Amino acid sequence: MTFFEQVVTITLCALASVLTRAIPFLVFSPSKPTPALVRYLGNALPSAIFAMLVVYCLKNTSFITGSHGIPELVGIICTVITHLWLRQMLISTLVGTVVYMLLVQKFFP
Amino acid sequence: MHNKNTYDTRIAALKAAVPYTLPILAGFLFLGMAYGVYMNAYGFSFVYPMIMSAVIFGGSLEFVAVSMLLSPFAPIAVFLLALMIQARHLFYGIAMLYRFKGLGWKRWYLIYGLCDETFSINYTAKIPQGIDRGWFMLWVTFLNQCYWVAGATLGGLFGGFLPFDTKGLDFVMTAMFVVIFLEQWMHEKQHYTAGIGILSAIICLRVFGPDSFMLPTMILILGSLVLGRGFLEKKVQGT
Repeated sequence: MTFFEQVVTITLCALASVLTRAIPFLVFSPSKPTPALVRYLGNALPSAIFAMLVVYCLKNTSFITGSHGIPELVGIICTVITHLWLRQMLISTLVGTVVYMLLVQKFFP
Repeated sequence: MHNKNTYDTRIAALKAAVPYTLPILAGFLFLGMAYGVYMNAYGFSFVYPMIMSAVIFGGSLEFVAVSMLLSPFAPIAVFLLALMIQARHLFYGIAMLYRFKGLGWKRWYLIYGLCDETFSINYTAKIPQGIDRGWFMLWVTFLNQCYWVAGATLGGLFGGFLPFDTKGLDFVMTAMFVVIFLEQWMHEKQHYTAGIGILSAIICLRVFGPDSFMLPTMILILGSLVLGRGFLEKKVQGT
């Protein structure tokens, strides 16, 4: 690939990336009323998306082989318990990550 | 109503935004470095991860773009694949349609920087009283992008020389999304939509495998929400 072709490839990736982010704003103008279906989806989608992102993070975790997903499961449980207790995003994230790192480095190497 | 453009307004918004972005600082520095190290291993100068992380600003697409750069030139395939990988951002735009309303020039940068993590924070954060919403979201977006570009550049510069064992540090992203999901769960009166998301993602992961399950998942979520609208619409209102 020549340098010019590299520049075109990177530009196309950047263009596709910004398009997916901008299309809803270009299609639905804030001054005109948005279709009821889109308003409904705007309310209904986020929970489903966050659930999808959690699964996305765990997509390469195998529950059958290796460590059977135990470090991931324990890490998530610690994160959830800490969060239900203190409701501090930073602390919950930190506790979960430290527990997970200890598990994969010391107990499931 | 106070003036939206004073120095104090901006600093107050920055102070409110920083704590929300700290988990992302850890996650992005690490993932960004992993990306920089990855490009470095394929013989690219640090300039590549630095520029690509800034202009593409989408983690998974940037990793895929490395293999695109190493393959024969195929612009149409590149563009279509990039659109598919990034398609989930359409959802974020729909969810933020009203929240970005009336923010003037800030809106364009907020749209440009609307990545998974930035969306998650800007959508769920309880912005304190008296803090300007536009500036808060702008700082979150800007800080996150800086973390990501810094990580990618450092990774590209220093390659594999890291002083401590970072194995497992990438879990910070998982933990963060778990917290965000939990916050959203506790905030809602119904859990049908969350359930639809989990089930769709797990079913599609099983059927299509880890590398190509996102697009089918999104179609399944969208289809379920549209078909179930009669039942769900009343329940999701006001959440």
